[in-house]
Amino acid sequence: MLQRQVVRKILIGSIAAILSGCSSMGVDPWDRDLLAKPEMAINSSPLDQAVDDHIYFSKEASSGGRSFAGGGCGCN
Amino acid sequence: MQLINQSKTDQKIKPNKKYIAEKLALAATGLLGGSVYAQETEAEWDFSASILTYAETDRVSAAEIIIVGDKDYSDTSKFSFKVILDSLTGASANGAIEQNTPQTFTRPSGKDNFVTNANSTPLDDTFKDTRGQINLAWTDSLMEDTRYTIGTNLSKEFDYHSISFSGEIARDFNQKNSTLSAGLSFGSDQYNPHGKIPVAFSSMVIDEGQFASQNEFNTAFNATRGDSSDTITTAELLLGWTQIVNRRMLMQFNYGFADSSGYLTDPFKVLSVVDNNGITQDLVYENRPDSRTQYTVFGLVKYHLDESIFDISYRYLTDDWDIQSHTINTHWRFFINETNFLEPHYRFYQQSAAEFYQPFISQAGTIPNYASADYRVGDMTAYTIGVKYGFQMFGDRAEVRLEYYKQTPNEANQPVGIENLNGLELYPKVDAIIFQVNYFL
Repeated sequence: MLQRQVVRKILIGSIAAILSGCSSMGVDPWDRDLLAKPEMAINSSPLDQAVDDHIYFSKEASSGGRSFAGGGCGCN
Repeated sequence: MQLINQSKTDQKIKPNKKYIAEKLALAATGLLGGSVYAQETEAEWDFSASILTYAETDRVSAAEIIIVGDKDYSDTSKFSFKVILDSLTGASANGAIEQNTPQTFTRPSGKDNFVTNANSTPLDDTFKDTRGQINLAWTDSLMEDTRYTIGTNLSKEFDYHSISFSGEIARDFNQKNSTLSAGLSFGSDQYNPHGKIPVAFSSMVIDEGQFASQNEFNTAFNATRGDSSDTITTAELLLGWTQIVNRRMLMQFNYGFADSSGYLTDPFKVLSVVDNNGITQDLVYENRPDSRTQYTVFGLVKYHLDESIFDISYRYLTDDWDIQSHTINTHWRFFINETNFLEPHYRFYQQSAAEFYQPFISQAGTIPNYASADYRVGDMTAYTIGVKYGFQMFGDRAEVRLEYYKQTPNEANQPVGIENLNGLELYPKVDAIIFQVNYFL
């Protein structure tokens, strides 16, 4: 019982730390010169990603994670 | 996944814009409290296209064309489409193990045979397929700092078609430095394999002169066939968090859940049934569980150095087929000048085998409930190494990418029922060259 309380306190403390950490992260809008570059977009190469998703879906047993895992082909 | 809207709009920012002007414009829009990207909104179509060739040594080769278009209809709404056409030819490992003698197999249609060489991985060269796919997506704002995307995906090939619908909501917090998103997707696929769906673990009927007539063969072959089609339904959940850390760095974390049910077996894969000497006595069609639940955790960090951009991502996947996989993917883009860059790429992948994976079935044992010798659900390690070069052509952006992919089965971790199977190679390897050209109008 005591252990469970300790785990709960650690969990709540961790979530609070992450949330407060997030609010202190980031930049002002006028400091986004580098982040505004197209190359800094999260998915800056959607064509490459479409190609890679198809290839690795066809050759390996894993898909998704970055985007939906869905199939769409009976790839051999 | 939640900065996608920004990323697509970002691509309209021409790379030769002056740094100071860009920074001033960003500052101005920031002071006005508007979106830092709203300035670029314009009602014009943007197109990009890609041509890909994929070639495995002595096996499958594929060619693919991708065309992507998007258009802003207001400051917040955007329509986009993606059309993919690909064609596949060549041979694929059919799951049977190699032997010291040539082997004869019946094609999936039952209308012909093919013979593979001694001491080589049996490859089925039946596959010639053309596929068309179209994706449509619409994005708009729902309320301040909140936007939604709805989309559909249609794919059609000779023996397989698929349709899916997806929806996603993303909300920005903390002056747009944090974004949380949640998405759902539902898909329905249908398999219509040529020659109908094989009965699980039924023996391949091979015409080696033992049938008195074609009708007699057809009767025997049809006895191994079930329905002409079957379906797969998939439901997915994807939760995302994107965080801008500082002026140079951002990161992304996703959690994904996918549940598939239906016909998850590959109708073209077989297993060899071998005796105690490793000699194939029979070939039976594989059978996989009719459901699969996958969980993924994905993390990405992207960092802008002075003259380059580095990103690295990691994905962990686990499922109820007992597959666990680790994927590390990294790019490092070096700017040569304002328009040209060089980007090396490395990807590492490792997966453990599905619990029903086995390279063959021992004749002395019993037939399991589920079994597959498909190398794609075996224990393997793979890597990709490549480079991309970006440049300008006719005033537009262009890229060429060359990659080498190598997949190696981890033989030490594979289940083998019979010791020393005459020294035969049980696990096929894959080597492939990928060449791609991208063009941005």
